[in-house]
Parts: sequence; structure tokens; C-alpha cells
Amino acid sequence: MARLRSIFSFLYKNEIRAFLFQLLALLAVAYFFYSAAGNLFTNIEKLGFRTGFDFLNLEAGFDIDEHLIDYSTTSSNLRVFYVGLINTILVSFVGIVFATLIGLIVGISRLSNNWLISKLASGYIELFRNIPILLQILFWYNILLISLPHPRKSIEFFDSIFINLRGIYLPKPIAESGFIWVVLVFLAGILLSIWIKRLLKKKHDSTGVSGHISGYLLLLLVALPGLLYWWLGSPLHFDYPALKSFNFQGGMSLSPEFLALLCALSIYTATYIAEAIRSGIESVDKGQKEAAQAMGLTSGQSLKLVVLPQALRVAIPPIINQYLNLTKNSSLATAIGYSELVSIFAGTVLNQVGQALEIILMTMAVYLTLSLLISLVLNIVNHKIRIKQR
Amino acid sequence: MSVFKAEIQQKPPIASVGIFAWLRANLFSSLFSGVLTVSVAYLLYLSLPPLANWALFNADFVTSSNTECTRQGACWAYVIEKIDLFIYGFYPAESYWRVQLAFALALFIIAFMRLARGRQWRFKAIILAFLMYPFVAFVLLYGGFGLEVIETHQWGGLTLTIVVAAVGIIASFPLGILLALGRQSKMKIIRLFSVLYIEFIRGVPLITILFMASVILPLFFTEEMNVDKLLRALIGITLFQAAYIAEVIRGGLQAVPTGQFEAADAIGLNFIQKMSLVILPQALKISIPNIVGSFIALFKDTTLVLIVGLFDVLAMVGLSSSDENWLGRETEGYVFVALILWIILYSMSKYSKNLERRFSTEHKI
Repeated sequence: MARLRSIFSFLYKNEIRAFLFQLLALLAVAYFFYSAAGNLFTNIEKLGFRTGFDFLNLEAGFDIDEHLIDYSTTSSNLRVFYVGLINTILVSFVGIVFATLIGLIVGISRLSNNWLISKLASGYIELFRNIPILLQILFWYNILLISLPHPRKSIEFFDSIFINLRGIYLPKPIAESGFIWVVLVFLAGILLSIWIKRLLKKKHDSTGVSGHISGYLLLLLVALPGLLYWWLGSPLHFDYPALKSFNFQGGMSLSPEFLALLCALSIYTATYIAEAIRSGIESVDKGQKEAAQAMGLTSGQSLKLVVLPQALRVAIPPIINQYLNLTKNSSLATAIGYSELVSIFAGTVLNQVGQALEIILMTMAVYLTLSLLISLVLNIVNHKIRIKQR
Repeated sequence: MSVFKAEIQQKPPIASVGIFAWLRANLFSSLFSGVLTVSVAYLLYLSLPPLANWALFNADFVTSSNTECTRQGACWAYVIEKIDLFIYGFYPAESYWRVQLAFALALFIIAFMRLARGRQWRFKAIILAFLMYPFVAFVLLYGGFGLEVIETHQWGGLTLTIVVAAVGIIASFPLGILLALGRQSKMKIIRLFSVLYIEFIRGVPLITILFMASVILPLFFTEEMNVDKLLRALIGITLFQAAYIAEVIRGGLQAVPTGQFEAADAIGLNFIQKMSLVILPQALKISIPNIVGSFIALFKDTTLVLIVGLFDVLAMVGLSSSDENWLGRETEGYVFVALILWIILYSMSKYSKNLERRFSTEHKI
């Protein structure tokens, strides 16, 4: 017995155990994939599905109401993928902007010394973050559908904006050939202002003389582009929507599905952003504010120079995570049929061609890429805002 | 002889005590604050009465169909008539007692655990209850052992929502612990697998995983293993939740001081003893508030099962308002379901805040 034990004593070495254990895990995972793949291929063959990505070139054959790039029923399934992807990015981006705005207002209101405002803000947070997002999407969609009027009885603003059951119709800006120059000048103006801002800061740091940037901003961002726009003869005009038989034609439109989704996503995510901002501001030590006061900073300076830089360091990482969550939650649009990736690609296209594996893997790959990109941004931001030790 | 005469005491100015002081400090501390108060109060005055009228004063509570809901407000009669559908789904009415018994048993176990606090046998009782209860509840809900079998496609409503959430949290726990340990392991391949799994799951929306579970999972199995629709969704939710639980537990593991690991090694415990007797009890205790937080997120996510064709409490709105007697009553349905879920989620989040406060080691000022 003792001899047997000494023969197998090598099993008691940590390295060898670790090696055997990992080998076992590797084999188990490999076996799982092997047998799953085996079953998968026999099942697919039995059901007569095609495999591979050829389906992407087939004609889609269904119409999509909302597309920012050219699309028709004769477009390919790959085109559907792009349309869905762009719509996902569109609704996520607009949602992020609104969620940040609402979250910022609510988060600051939550800390207000005005009793009514702060109670209202915390009521908002408690109400909307404890209702599932899918329920909120369905709820707003339902509310929009029952409250919006028929196209013939649209609500109008200035004969150019129309709101009805089919959505909101807005004038569509159409740029003529010269307009690109105005945009370019404007962008150059932004870059220049950033450079001037840096220059002014450097001057302030070395001499203590502070300069004002507002004059430069007015010149670079308003006056120059405006002058150019006038000189080129106003190279931008609007295509107005107009009622034709059953519905509005022309202009650009936002569907009720888009609006409901946008509303739910921004209201829901704003509660988390508000909480992040609140906990960020609360995380700043009381002594910091007192020290700022003792140094004679005004309350505005204390907020700008002492509190906010420290608060944002705590608040920004969870806020970026919420941006990712919002993007992932936009996939719930499939419940109301807004034409984003999951709805039209993993929904309609999947039902038509039946190649579930390829389609769902492609969809997952999109979200994985987005979340990797956002974590990359998060890492960079974390690196930038970390406490700089001497 | 001087006589002490009490002076008449002056009262403090009216603006510094009582309700006026409170109003001044909390509502009108500055011009801006005052303007804000007045405008917000006006907005509330504009919006609250119509809402209250709709929900209560102009609402119908007792009618037998849509057409009899003649007042302007909500038609709660619809919710009252469909309440069984919202709670039990298509579960046969004569078997409602089985659902009730299962939930009563769960409540009893929770109450029992609180009462037994401090007793020696409490821990064993908890383990026993956790091992026995899922089995008992399954027999009660599904059938067998002399009870009539009720197929899972008849399950629905709030019952289904709670079943999905409960199974999700309990089943994801062991897998989550394994993944967390794997991610902390020194063995490279194990760590790689754990990291890949966790990051993959956390990077994609739950809905794609549910699609995967409902469309692709059947293809992975041989044809004899015909997997039930509910079970498929449960597998998807469990795999999803495990990744999140793993991250929560990893946070707990990282908070256990290295000395504890070294001490366990020093007294000669093997890996399993070290983890189960020394490290995990501490790590799990630290992560309890976050586990509750992750359970709240899971509970919200269970509503997604309606997209893969299960009838949870939210799906009942669409279903019941397509009854021709009650057409177009979605709004009441959504408000009712929102209220139920809000009460559950709000009390859970209060509970988790409470736990966080109790477990926090920060210095209280």
C-alpha cells in the first residue's frame, strides 16, 4: 500500500495535478463542442437547411420602412443586416444623448436643497428603474398608438412638422454642392478652438493671465461659417412633407416604434445615469469642499475645479457601462417591430431562410464588437482620469 | 431691595421657526429655487388631477364587458375579471391550490429561517430546505406522485415569472461559483475558458441568448432529447445569469485577504476544503448585497421570455386584451402589471440597500 502510494506520489505534485486538471477540462470542452457540432450537422441535414453564408447574397424580398441607406425589396439579405445595424446604432446614439441629458438633470436635482425638486427626482428614479424596460417599451408604444391621430387629422406645426399615427414628419435638409465647405469650415473651427483653449491654458499656467475664449468661439463657429454660407448663396434647402392621398410623402419621418423605443430607453437608462452622477458627487469628501472654501474659491470655482473633477472620476465608468446596456437593450425593439438588427435580421431574415446558427452568431458578433469597443473606450477613459500621483 | 422682574421674552421671528422656516429653507432658499418650486408645483397641479381622475375617480370597477365601461377613466373591471390569468396563466383552476401551496411553502421556509436565527441546527436546516424545496415545488407545480400532470405550456402569468426568476438564480449559482473560481485560478487554460465564457455572455444581449436557446439549442441535441420550451428558456437564462453571478462572486473572492488563502494552505487543507470551509463562506458573505442586486436585474430580465413565446405576466396583457369582450384595454393591463412588478422590485431594491448598509465596512460619519 505504501509502495503503491509512492508510485503514484507524482499525482500529489501541484504542477502535475494542475496539468492533468487542465487537460481534463480541455478534453471535456472539446468533447462538448465535438458532440454538439456532430448533432448540429446531422440535425441540419435532416431538416434540409442550407449552411454557410451564401444566404447573405439572396434577395430579401420584404420591405423596411426605416432605412438610412438605400434599400428596396430586391436588396440582398446583407443589405438588411446593414440597415438593421445602422438603425441599432442610430437609436442607441440618440438614446444615449437623451439619457445623459435627463440623467444629468435628475441626478443634480436629486441633490438639490429644494425639497420638492429632490423628492421629485428620487420619485422619478424609484419609479422608472423598478419597472422592466420591456414593459416600458410596450407601454409607451401603446400610449403612442392610442393617442396619436389619423394622418388626415395630423397635429401640425408651422405647416412643416406633422405628427400622426404613422410617426413624426420633419422637413429633410438637402445639401447642395457648396454646403460641404461650410461643414468643413465649421469642423476646422472646432479644432482651432480646442487649440486656442490649450494655448490660453498654457498662458494662464505660466503667467497667471487668463484670456477669454468666447470671442474666438463666436468668430470661428458662428461668424465664419455663417459668412461662407451667405457668400455661397445658402446652399441648403428643405424638403417639406406633404399629405398625398393616404399618407405624407417627402421630408423625413420618425416612426412611432422609434419614438417609443427612444422614450423607454432614455427614461430607463437616465435613472441609472442619475444615480451614477449622484454617487459621484456624494463620493467627494466633505473636507475637499471645505478646503476649497477655506482657500477662498467661490462656489462656482469650487464646483468646477475641486468637486466635479473628482466626482466625474467616480461617475464616468458606470455611465459608460450604462451606454453599453442601453445599446444592448435596444435589441428589445423586436417586441414592437422597430427595424433594428435583432428585429429584421435575427427576426424576419431568420424566419425566411431558417439559418439560425449563422444569423444569431452574426448578431452576437455585432454586439460583442460594440461591447469590446465600449470597454476599450472605458479603459482609455479610466487611464486618463486616474489619480495622478507625484 | 431689588426685585427680579421677568422681562417679556421676545418670540423668535416668524421666518426662523416652524413651518415658515421649513418652507424658506427647503422651498424658497433663493430666487431660483423659489421660481423652480412654483413652476414645478404648477406642472404637478396640471398633471396629477387628470391622472387621479383616470385611475380612480372616473374609473369603472364592476362591469362585465368593455362596452359597459362607459366612464372616461380606466376600466379596472377588466383587470379584476382577468386576475386569475395574470397570476396563474392557463393553469387549471381546480389546481390553483398547488401553486398557492408551493408559494406558501417558500414563504414558510423564509419565515422559519428568520425565526431559527442563532440556533445550532439552522445551517443544516437551510441546506436541507434548499435541497428539498425545488424538488417538492416541481412535483407540486408539474405533477407526478399521484398528482395530475400539468404540462409547462399551461404555466403562465406571475407564477411563470417567479418560477423563471427563482430557477434562474438558484441554478446559476453553482455554475457562477465555478466560473468565478476558474477566473481566479492560476491554471491558464481554465482561466482562459472562464474569461471567454464570462466576457462573451456579458457582451451580448439576453435576447440573443434566448433566441440561441430556443432556436439553436434543439439542434445541438439528438432528436430523442426533445427539450421543453420552458426548459430551453430556463437553460438560456441560467447560462446568462451564471456569467453575472460569477463576476459578483469574483468581487467577493478578491475581497478576501491573501492571508486567509495562505493560512488555509498552511494548515494543510486541500483545494476543496480550503474553498468550501475558509474562502467561499467569507467571499459569499461579502457578495450578498451584490447577489441580491443581480437577482433584481434577473427578475427584470425575465419579462424577455415573452419574446420567445412563453406567457409570463407581461405577455398576459396582450393575450387578455385580445379577448373580444375587452378589446383595447392594454393601457390598464400594462399599468396593472407595472404596479405588481414595481412593488416586487421596489421592495427587493429597498432590501438590498438595507443589506448594503448592514454589510458596509466604511466608516460612518
